[in-house]
Amino acid sequence: MYSYTDFDAAFVAERNRQFRAQVARRIDGSLTEDEFKPFRLMNGVYLQLHAYMLRVAIPYGTLRAEQMEMLAHLAETWDKGYGHFTTRQNIQYNWPTLGDIPEMLDALASVEMHAIQTSGNTIRNVTADHFAGAAADEIADPRPVAELIRQWSTDHPEFQALPRKFKVAVTGAQADRAVIRAHDIGLRLHEQNGDLGAEVIVGGGLGRTPMIGKTIADHVSLDDLPAYLEAVVSVWNLLGRRDNKYKARIKITVHEHGIDEIRARVEDRFALIRPTFTGAHMDLYEEIRAQFAPPGFRNAPTDAFDTAYAADPVFRAWADTNLSAHKAPGYAIAQISLKAHGATPGDASAEQMRVMARIARAYGHDELRISHEQNVVLPHVHKSDLPEIHAILKAHGLATANIGLISDIIACPGMDYCALATARSIPIAQQIATRFDELKLEHDVGDLKIKISGCINACGHHHVGHIGILGLDRAGVENYQVTLGGDHTETLALGDRTGPGFSAEEIVPAIERIVTAYLNHRENAEESFLQAYRRLGMEPFKQALYGDAAKRSQAA
Amino acid sequence: MPRAFTPKVITANALISGEVVYLTADDRWSPHLPQAELLTDEAHAQLRLVEANARQSEVVGVYLADMASTDHGPEPTHFREDFRRRGPSNYDHGKQAVL
Repeated sequence: MYSYTDFDAAFVAERNRQFRAQVARRIDGSLTEDEFKPFRLMNGVYLQLHAYMLRVAIPYGTLRAEQMEMLAHLAETWDKGYGHFTTRQNIQYNWPTLGDIPEMLDALASVEMHAIQTSGNTIRNVTADHFAGAAADEIADPRPVAELIRQWSTDHPEFQALPRKFKVAVTGAQADRAVIRAHDIGLRLHEQNGDLGAEVIVGGGLGRTPMIGKTIADHVSLDDLPAYLEAVVSVWNLLGRRDNKYKARIKITVHEHGIDEIRARVEDRFALIRPTFTGAHMDLYEEIRAQFAPPGFRNAPTDAFDTAYAADPVFRAWADTNLSAHKAPGYAIAQISLKAHGATPGDASAEQMRVMARIARAYGHDELRISHEQNVVLPHVHKSDLPEIHAILKAHGLATANIGLISDIIACPGMDYCALATARSIPIAQQIATRFDELKLEHDVGDLKIKISGCINACGHHHVGHIGILGLDRAGVENYQVTLGGDHTETLALGDRTGPGFSAEEIVPAIERIVTAYLNHRENAEESFLQAYRRLGMEPFKQALYGDAAKRSQAA
Repeated sequence: MPRAFTPKVITANALISGEVVYLTADDRWSPHLPQAELLTDEAHAQLRLVEANARQSEVVGVYLADMASTDHGPEPTHFREDFRRRGPSNYDHGKQAVL
């Protein structure tokens, strides 16, 4: 795993020193809020509904045990004992005081973490496939590229006042677990004639104007990639709409100018920039890559796993839902669900963070990942250790067997915390998970992703949920719109709106009617919700949701 | 006839703690909505807003929030202000822990 160089450590320390002084000047009255706000936003400090919020980057979602322990320490010392993992592989603290934040940042720096560029109109935390370096279907580990982009983009002088925020995601596998087509830039690493490079996708994004990213280049070799990315951001920096923040993202620029014109401009710009990258970037890349060498996998029998799998139905259920194929023989990728039925999606207590850190250290080659689906991943565990791991998880409320099921819900903080929200998300997620747990239906329902956003900005990825829920304010009342048929994978698709929204009281029964309609109409238990929706279309679900009222309004 | 003025209170977040606070008639910042000064006159409300905005070293994000006048003081007319005064609904902390 990547360790800070002296340069990195000095850079973060200097930024923390500056911010500490800026906070002091704000508190003593030397800086007004208007003067201070850009500084706090450069360092991940937001003012939310009830308090300040500190957003800490977890670059490409990767954590060492000691880093997770530090996150626990922050939660306990300066917050209310928990943290919230987000869809962009960050952790958010909801209750820090302004005066404590410099201490928190210094504590983070002691384990090589920071909150730089987690807000503001900059290139944000670079996200990656949470199975990076572990997945059986992987071609190249995306994290060295993500780290290279992080170093290139951090404090990049040309890109500190972009038209709007800019998000990059990287995957190196066949399956897309990083939603790359919903990012400003998505990179899919692949090899062409033995040359490692990336398919470059631009102009994706969710939010109020959801767009699926378009391929601007099929293959940019790694050597050319930093210059190519610089060309893309540079073209957008010039063309991007600064007159209207709702039209400022690159997805609108690509939409307005067309991908062919953007490609031509990028190629011109690339020709200009490329000679300035004289090879130091590749030396740096090789240094970074060496630090992401796979751990020393052990060769051992998996009998303990097979025995527990045969004997213990609780373990079996967990293994069936929460494990994924690993590239090393005898190993598995284990997901730790932060979606216990009725709990807040993505929240972990300090104690739970410590337990996960301990497991990673004892059984997981010291590695943890945060997924954009707000769960924690043990990327490298030997199968023979899984019964013990499961027992520890179970003792700490972390063994929920629901990855990919209806209660594995993405939910943004919504109006329980967020100043931008128009409705609550968390209680809806809690109620849906609780309801389907009561019905004991979720394993029968199978693969079904519900994603909830509490406003149009779509942090909860509702557009790409199999069932998406968008919370709005309709005449002073919370109202929830439903979309169906979204897909967050390599076959990315935006969901279709069902029709009028539902009140907070009506939304859970409405979701239940959708699920019942699916169960009634599916061809067999193997046909997933998404497959059934694609075959059947909206009609049976509309009928289930609105009954004859839908027909009446169509006739009218 | 001019449109009736919706009563308001001045609210903000405390500069250091970030806590939701309300401006009282005697110029204190209180965490409790019932103690807020209910502003029923538009001109007076604007004046109070200017005064509150000048208190940059105490609070951040000052604005006027719509309220209804009730027997137990100002009550939010919109759910956002209702959540702001109580705290989040998923944990028993924030304001609702003491209310």
